[in-house]
This record gives sequence, C-alpha cells and structure tokens, in this order.
Amino acid sequence: MQTFFTPAQRADPALAESEAILRRCVHCGFCTATCPTYVTLGNELDSPRGRIYLIKDMLENDRPATAEVVTHLDRCLSCLACTTTCPSGVDYMHLIDHARMHVEKTYARPLPDRAIRALLARILPYPARFRLALSLARIGRPLAPLFERIAPLRPLAAMLRLAPKGRPAAAPSDVSAKPLASSAAGSKRAIPYGNSTPASLSAAGAEAAPPARRVAILRGCAQRVLDPGIDAAARRLLSRLGIALVDVPGEGCCGALVHHMGREEEALGFARRNVDLWTARIAAGGLDAILVTTSGCGTTLKDYGHMLKRDPAYAEKAARVSALARDITEYLAECDLPALPARGLTVAYHAACSLQHWQKVTLAPKRLLAAAGFSVREPAEGHLCCGSAGTYNILQPEISAALQARKVSNIEATRADLVCAGNIGCLTQIGAATSLPVVHTVELLDWAYGGPVPARLAASARFAAAE
Amino acid sequence: MSNATSHAAEGPGCAPIAFLPPRPDVLARRDEIMAALTELVSAGGVVRAPLALKPFETDAFVAYRQPPLAVVLPQTTAEVSAVLAYCHSARVPVVARGAGTSLSGGAIPQADAVVLGLSRMNRILEIDLENRTARVEAGVTNLSISEKVAAQGFFYAPDPSSQLACTIGGNIAMNSGGAHCLKYGVTTNNLLGVTLVLIDGTVVTLGGKHLDAGGYDLLGLVCGAEGQLGVVTEAVVRLIARPEGARPVLFGFDSSEEAGACVADIIAAGIIPVAIEFMDRPAIAICEAFAKAGYPLDVAALLIVEVEGAEAEMAAMLAEIVTIARRHGVRTVRESQSATEAALIWKGRKSAFGATGRIADYICMDGTVPLSQLPYVLKRTGEICAGFGLEVANVFHAGDGNMHPLILFNANDPAEAAKAEAAGNEILKLCVEAGGCLTGEHGVGLEKRDLMRFQYSEAELAQQMAVRAAFDPLWLLNPSKVFPLEGRPA
Repeated sequence: MQTFFTPAQRADPALAESEAILRRCVHCGFCTATCPTYVTLGNELDSPRGRIYLIKDMLENDRPATAEVVTHLDRCLSCLACTTTCPSGVDYMHLIDHARMHVEKTYARPLPDRAIRALLARILPYPARFRLALSLARIGRPLAPLFERIAPLRPLAAMLRLAPKGRPAAAPSDVSAKPLASSAAGSKRAIPYGNSTPASLSAAGAEAAPPARRVAILRGCAQRVLDPGIDAAARRLLSRLGIALVDVPGEGCCGALVHHMGREEEALGFARRNVDLWTARIAAGGLDAILVTTSGCGTTLKDYGHMLKRDPAYAEKAARVSALARDITEYLAECDLPALPARGLTVAYHAACSLQHWQKVTLAPKRLLAAAGFSVREPAEGHLCCGSAGTYNILQPEISAALQARKVSNIEATRADLVCAGNIGCLTQIGAATSLPVVHTVELLDWAYGGPVPARLAASARFAAAE
Repeated sequence: MSNATSHAAEGPGCAPIAFLPPRPDVLARRDEIMAALTELVSAGGVVRAPLALKPFETDAFVAYRQPPLAVVLPQTTAEVSAVLAYCHSARVPVVARGAGTSLSGGAIPQADAVVLGLSRMNRILEIDLENRTARVEAGVTNLSISEKVAAQGFFYAPDPSSQLACTIGGNIAMNSGGAHCLKYGVTTNNLLGVTLVLIDGTVVTLGGKHLDAGGYDLLGLVCGAEGQLGVVTEAVVRLIARPEGARPVLFGFDSSEEAGACVADIIAAGIIPVAIEFMDRPAIAICEAFAKAGYPLDVAALLIVEVEGAEAEMAAMLAEIVTIARRHGVRTVRESQSATEAALIWKGRKSAFGATGRIADYICMDGTVPLSQLPYVLKRTGEICAGFGLEVANVFHAGDGNMHPLILFNANDPAEAAKAEAAGNEILKLCVEAGGCLTGEHGVGLEKRDLMRFQYSEAELAQQMAVRAAFDPLWLLNPSKVFPLEGRPA
C-alpha cells in the first residue's frame, strides 16, 4: 500500500520499520477470513486489515490514539492467524506491538481500565504475588456475579472465574526413574535411559555433561503457580533422556504479559534481566537450548533479539538467547523418542496460537503424541484462537467467552478422550469450559515414556487403568 | 496528509478515475442520516467516527480511496430493507460491501454514500443435499460453503482466488469465476436463487431450488450487476458432488508463447480439464516464495492443468494433454503425488496476487481474450509494460482466456503509479481489440469504468443504463461505478 510518512518520520527507526511492514500489505483482505474477532464481530475495524489501516492512519499523522481506535486495537488477540494467512508476508506482530506502545504513550485509559491493567502487570509476572492473589480469588469468587453486572468491573468477574477452583496441584515430587518403554528397536539412536539421571543438575554438575545436551527450562511466572506439574513432567522426561538440566536462579517472567499491554519499558526490563542471567550461564559452560513449556512465553523469548535490537548493550546477547529458545516439543522432536504401541486413547490436540501462528511449530507436537501411542484428533477451525491470549480473557471477557465456547464445541465434536495443548493460557481457558481432562503435551509424553499419570488424569479410573 | 482520493497523475500517465461529486445536501445532513440509521439496525451496527470510517475507504483496488459518509452493518434482510427504504426516501447513495476484496474497486465508497456492509450476515441457513443446494446469507464466504459440505462429499464450484475471504454476495455482484470454472462455469451457472432488496426496500425472491425460474431471467440480470440493481441478502447455490479423484499436473515451458499455444490447442482438441492455469517466470517465483509448492523455477512459463474423475479417466485425459504439450515443446511434466502436494500447488496459485505484495505494489488486469489470441496478447502485454518501464507478472485462468497481468510498480512513486494505470488501460484495450472483453470476473467497478466506451457503442451503453434505471431510477446504488460519468441520463 501507498504510505504517507515524512522524511523526518522515516528517520525514526521504529516508524521506518512500521512503514516497511505497511508497504507490504496489499489490502487483499485474506486475513479477515481467519481472524477470530472479524469472524465473531463481522466488522472490518475488528479485522487485521482494518486495524492495519487504523494503525497506519494513526502513525502517519502522528495522532494520539483515540478511544475508538483503542477499542478496536484492544480487541486484537495477537493470535497472528492473520500472519499465517497473509500471502504478502505482512509482519503484523511487530506492527501491533508498535501500535500498542503508541497507545500506551498517547492515550489515557479510563480509570477502571487503567487500574485493572496496573493490577495485572503488578501481580501476574510475580509468582508469590500471583499465588496470594489466587488464594484471595478463591475467597472472592462469590462476588463474580456482582462484578458481572457493572461493566467496568467485568474483568474482575472474569478473573475470579478463571482462578482454578482447587488449590493448584503440587508438582509430583517423585522423579520417576522408570525406564522408557522399550520399543526402540527401529529408533535411529539409542536412548540413554535407566541410569537414573537426576532431575536437575547443579551448575557444577552440569559442567560435566556434554555441552550439546545441556538445557535450561524457562521457569517463568504464572505457569509455575497454576500448574507446576507441567515443568516437573518436562524435567523428568528430559532427565530420562540423559539431558542435563541447568538451573538459572533468578530467571522469571519473560515480559510477554506487559509487552502485550504496550508497557514496553517493563517488558524490556524483564527481557534484559533474563538475557543477563542466561548470557552468564552460556559463558559459564554453554547451553544447548532454552526450553519453554509455555508457548506464549516461547514466542517472546524468540523475539528478544528483535525487542532489544536497538539497544547496543543487549542486541547481540538478546539475539543469542533468542536463537537458543525452543519450544519443548521442537526440542523433543529431535530426540528420537521411540515409537510406542497404541494406547487406545484419543487426544484432541489444540494448537496454541503462539505455537502454530507465531512460532510455526505445527507438526512436532502431533508427531510426538502419535509416536507415543496416542491417537491424535484435530478439532475443526484449529486456526481460531480459544480466547485466552494472555490477559485477553480478563480484559475482553465477552469476545473471549464467545471464542471459548466455539473452541470447546469444536474440541468436543472430535469425541476425544482428553485435550492437550502446549500453553498454560489455553489449558486454563479450555479447562474452564469443558468436562474433558485438559493436559499439557509434555505431561502426556512424560507419562507415555515412563512418568506418572498426569495429575488431571489420575482422578479418573479410566486413565489410571490405561497406564 | 493522506490524500482522500487517488494519487495525482504525473508524467506519462493517465488522468485519475473520478468519483461522482458528492451531493452537498447529503453531506450537510450527515448527523441526521446517522441518527436515522442507528434506529434501523441492532446495537453497534453503525460506524460513525471519521477515523473509524477510513478503513472502509477502499477494497483490494487500493490505489483509489474515499471514506464514506457512514457504514451500516445490518444483521437481517429486514434491516437491509429498512436501511435501503430510508436511503431511498432520503436520497442517500448506497454502496454494498461484502469482504471488500474487489480488485476493480466495486466496494469503494464515495463521500456521500452509506456503505452497507453484509459482513454480519454470515450464516449458512440450510444445506439441502437431496436437492444439492445450499441457502446462505450474502456475507458467507465462498470457501465456507465448500467446507461445510466437504465431509458429505460436496462442494460449491466457483472458486475465485480470494475464496477464503470473499463473500457470496460479492461473487454474485461480480459474477465471479475462478480456476475451476473452466469445467463448472462461473457464479451465474451455479446460482439458483436470490433474495434481493430493491432500493425502495422491497424484498423480492428470484429463482429457488429449481433450475429455471419462470418469466424473464432476472436472476441472470442480477448476477453481475455490481450492486446496482439491488442488494442481495440471501442466495441459493448449487452443490456439486466431489469427483472420485483430482490431480493437478505441472507443465513447464521455455516460453510464454509456447504455453499459450498449448492451451489453445488443448481446448481446440475438445478437451475440457477442470482447470488450466498459467504462470510466467515472475509469477512462479512469487508464488513459490509464499507457498513452497515445488513449482519448477527454471522454466519461463508454467501451466497447472487439473484433471479429475476415476483413475482411468484422469490417466486418459492426461495422456492426451501430454501429447499436445509435447508438440509445443513442454520441458517438464510433473504430476502431484499427494493430496498435500496438490493443496500446496493450489495454495500458491490462489495466493498469487497477495504474494506479489512481497516484491512490489501491483494492479491486476482482468481482460478476457479468445484462446487463439493468447500468445499474441501475452507478447504484446510484455511489450506494453516494457514500454512504460514496468515489470509484469502473468498468472491467470488460461483455459477460459481470462488474463490477469499484474503490473508491478511502487505506490509511493506517483509518477510510476500513473504509468502503471496507463499501461493497464493499454492492455485492456488490447484485449478488446483482440476480440475479447474488459472483464472476465473482477467486474467493471471503478477501475474499468472509463474504458467502457472501448467496448460498447453509445447505443449499447444507453440500453444497459436503461435496464439499470428500471431498478434504480434515482441512481442511488453504487452510482460511481460501471458507466462512464459523462453521457449518463440527467
């Protein structure tokens, strides 16, 4: 498309980058078809093409964001189904990131909105605070219907509803040293198992492991509170594969939560801290990969190089960290896990947007599940977001609920025994609306290759029997 | 800073296409019109803020832009009827819009017009497999009909490249075609009935689940009328049983002329494959970059020929086609080996226009020529663009002679943009001179309006305008389009 930026505007690298993105868009409209909000609301303004146009006009004219524009930008889930669809390769992600920063800088949100956002930004990225907030939410849950009736407080109602009903399951403490099921006959490489590799090696211990098999797992923030069992499963499985796990103390939230709210300085703060810690770890003996079990965070880690590219002190380090970031399934797909006999369980695989649209990791999870003996079913409209999208289900409860219902109905139509996905946001969102058990992909893989039955399945006699 | 209409024509170009001058009395009543519309549709159905109107200022013919007076998004035929009745009584122009994917500017508004967006009317109302029909609202996307009945082994045949996004309402307005129309016909051959709202709000139904409607073929008239006879809110379309098998085959040639001559000979031999699509070297590179379909990159021209049916039927037809292709020096023949590969081959072809955005801005022509003229028209197209110093990529429905030269240019260079438009006009005139017509499937819209006199005499235009005026005597429906502004009835 034709753009209208002045030479002075083009001198600003951020604007120049956005202009380059806009120049690629040919306004063909393909993106509208796969955009969850356009499909739900039927308004051009709630489509990627409409938002691109709103952003273009705002940036070209250096106009402060208006309430109307913010409404439509806020409705974007950042699911990036549009970038999967876009034939001309418009980098919508970095355009909407830029627009969100512009909104944050130029627009004064109404007080309740500002308060909710500040609250989320101060709680979610900090596990101790988040844990406390969840305890309070359990007490406050009866207030949800009241908040529901007052429009500006609806996000609070959504928050209360999303909080897990029981206490978060504690991570299973036993690290199973059960050997991998032994149908490895056709496997290309022998799997090191059975020699009871400790779950987590101390830094000193890690030095001894061959560098190519030394990984860190992002501990992150919300997931370790909501479901510590996921990382525990990943650690058990990797350990049994003989892969050394390196702890990087102090590492925390990747910055995605605040990044998607346009709070750029906070996001970069999280990013720099993590980059420093991992860089030190790399210097102290190498790191094969930084594994992520929450795909939403994985996307942000993979984008650190871009986020910090204009910071001379960090650009190179951040790029190195991004290059090491891998989704757990991406990494496991290269570990030659042996094929196992069918387990008689059908799994509806929900492709998290962050995995399928951002990271383009589409085949690895399904192949791993199939190799582990699960019968994989793919729900219809798999490209559509479940409505979780970070804090979206709190900030945009109505659209989120519509997408959640659509997603769950597509999932249940597969008549699968259980649901799995690679992102805690999706797990929480889908789990809140279905009676099917919802688990992380790596929990199923850990189970199949000798780990304990995932906590959410353990309650059912059916799955216990399947073990 | 951003201009409201087109780029200025500078240098060796042509005059930009003009919009009808807005009616000052309508502009002056903006608030009143907005208030009235708000009463007529469900909550959130009127877009009013000037900043929010901008994204509706254009469609996929993005060189031209004009924000509308207002946008209204009705949810039912009754709401559409109420909106049209009001606009009729208030003398406000109306531009219907589906997904805004028109390549001829069919959905581009004008300053005094209300955009009537059908995007909220996106329900599939009835699937009747016994009668092989689907009844859908106008805002349903083309592809979603086929997806809905895929499991039962059916599909809706016309498949414009934008089928993922474009709507049935827009397809009917432009009588859209697509790759597979060679065998199955275009929209008009697959449309059985419509619910049409006339400009005064009257709701009429034409046709139904049966093949022929009584009386005049009004359905045939409405299909392709570019939103000037009424607004279609529902359609009954034909569903077709999927063939047992379908296989796209890639034929690579050393020159566009050889490929073009091969197409003419295939059709002359009486062979009708499902599709014969053409791509030249630049188009192949563009599509491969997006779809990674494995198109040969070392050929000057590529034909995608799809055959379908039982295995023996496909093999027999393919053998005949290969024999003809050999006569024209075909260099590579590759059959798709799997459903995944076939899907990628079509994904690449159908994304060609958008994928062109990776390398340049473009305008897409839509002239149609007799097949025997294909080699000549292809050669001249290249010469015309070269004469303007512009690159061109050709990707089109060769089997029915429907050319789509994509003229590449830099939209931020007004002089080059004007040249691209001028080259486009030359190419379309060439198509008419070669015995063809201005538009195969994209419609006249704004883009080709001022070229209509190259194709039609004054008497022919007058007759067409008389038909149009019989439905819409005040010329309120999509008035800037199709007919040249000069010479219209007062």
